[in-house]
Amino acid sequence: MRLRFDVKKSQGSFTLDASADITGERIGIFGRSSSGKSTLIHLLSGLLEPDRGEIFLDDDCLFSSRDHINISPHRRRIGLVFQQAMLFPHLSVKSNLYYGWRRCPKELRRVDPEELTCTLKLEGLLERGVGNLSGGERQRVALGRAVLASPRLLVMDEPLSALDDTLRFQVIPYLRSVSEQFRIPCIFISHSVLEMQLMAERILLVENGSVTGPATPDELARKAMATSRRGYVNLLQLSGPACSSGLYRYPWGDGQLVISDGSNTNSSLFELSSRDIILFRKHPEAISARNMLECRVEELFSSENRVGVVLRSANRTLVAEIVRSAAEELDITIGTTVFAAIKASAFRRLL
Amino acid sequence: MMQLTTQDIEAIRLSLQIALTATIVSLPPGFMVAWLLSFRNFRGKVLLEVFINLPLTLPPVVIGYFLLLMLGRNGWPGRLLDAAGIQLVFTWQAAVIAAATIGFPLMVRSIRLGMESINPQIIDAAKSLGSSKPDILFTIVLPLSLRGILAGSSLMFARSLGEFGATIMVAGNIPFVTQTIPLAIYEYASSPGGTGMAMTLCIVSVTISVIVLFLHESLTRRIQREAEG
Repeated sequence: MRLRFDVKKSQGSFTLDASADITGERIGIFGRSSSGKSTLIHLLSGLLEPDRGEIFLDDDCLFSSRDHINISPHRRRIGLVFQQAMLFPHLSVKSNLYYGWRRCPKELRRVDPEELTCTLKLEGLLERGVGNLSGGERQRVALGRAVLASPRLLVMDEPLSALDDTLRFQVIPYLRSVSEQFRIPCIFISHSVLEMQLMAERILLVENGSVTGPATPDELARKAMATSRRGYVNLLQLSGPACSSGLYRYPWGDGQLVISDGSNTNSSLFELSSRDIILFRKHPEAISARNMLECRVEELFSSENRVGVVLRSANRTLVAEIVRSAAEELDITIGTTVFAAIKASAFRRLL
Repeated sequence: MMQLTTQDIEAIRLSLQIALTATIVSLPPGFMVAWLLSFRNFRGKVLLEVFINLPLTLPPVVIGYFLLLMLGRNGWPGRLLDAAGIQLVFTWQAAVIAAATIGFPLMVRSIRLGMESINPQIIDAAKSLGSSKPDILFTIVLPLSLRGILAGSSLMFARSLGEFGATIMVAGNIPFVTQTIPLAIYEYASSPGGTGMAMTLCIVSVTISVIVLFLHESLTRRIQREAEG
């Protein structure tokens, strides 16, 4: 999918003046609250009309002030998933799911309702009213409803913000799988760097009504390292655990990672903050941390007064974060061998 | 309590007939005006709002007098109707028009309250799912403002039952033709020895109002239960 826009919209004292040309199947739009993300999405989906400019999705013009084109939102086929599920309260789960499907011309229907219901594990909920669904179930129904309308683009506007951490990571696989399984390009909006890392391939950054980018999720995470509460978040997809003495050992690089929050499932996704890694130039004699990895420094990057150290072991990398003076004192340069100490409890299992 | 005469029974029947007709006739325009005021921005919206709400603030007798002027032979709508062979003044239909005019702002306000409680993002979601404006109106807005519509209808019906000032101006107080409960009570109360009958009709009036309110409550609860599914 290729998205091109150059739009201007003033609302009170706020003005969005943004342009971008981005190609990708999973595009992220990242920005703090009130930066203009939602305005941008409203313009793309046709819920708001730009003061001037143009919007193209692939080769189709959705809006052009010059050529007086403004495709109405119900003809743009851009599916929306909001922060709150916004289900139709007077309809059952099934009627909610089929609302867009019934309105989609037969020749454009690309999603099989039964397959989708199965993917989103909604089979048992179909006849229920939407009033007594849990937060995660509501969001899954909202996602299903949007996907069943066979949109050419799925826009998810902070769909995880209203969910707690546990539910959030339960919903993420569904968001990813429907987009991949039914081959629907998506735009994912969030103010969370971690969600961007999990959901997006390429990212547009929205700040004070203007758009910069595209950037990669890794570039965003590196840039946000010094200011983010959790530093740079390493995402580690680990598989083949062996459990002994209550600890899980996962093969990683040339060695293994010992993790207390592991699981017997074959593959799990963990997060590890760059701030939970301590670097040594020499192997320390005795240390309580259960992980002592010998790594090579592959790359160094700056984020304000911090230095990000990209560590490599075989085919895997990790980012550690140290202050500038520590980097100078340890004389860490590219190619240096260091020992990374990580506590077994520093890893948090996400999925 | 005294025995009801055929004239009283006819007054009760007429009251119900006029109130019910006024409510049914006002529902579609009431719904559309509420929708216009809730969801559309247009020039003259404030003017429309003032015009719709005018009967709330004007004395009903004034409204009745205006209606009489308009529907009479000297008013242009009256002349048009006259040419078509229709005479409305001093008929039960004139009482319907009077009741509908007086009760209309109450109906619009209630429906509007219902419509404005709909989260705009629900409407946005429907648009993104391929639903056109008329489609959204009937599949989302109408069902979600059902409680407002019901409240508006009940208010309108109750207000129509009690309508006096405008009705007497435009429909008169003709037994068996336009005499409703309030008009009959007025006639009894202003004639010697009619106090007992006036009280009997008052009790009938209270009973009908209580039944309407109970019906409204039970229907509202049913809608609520269905919504909570």
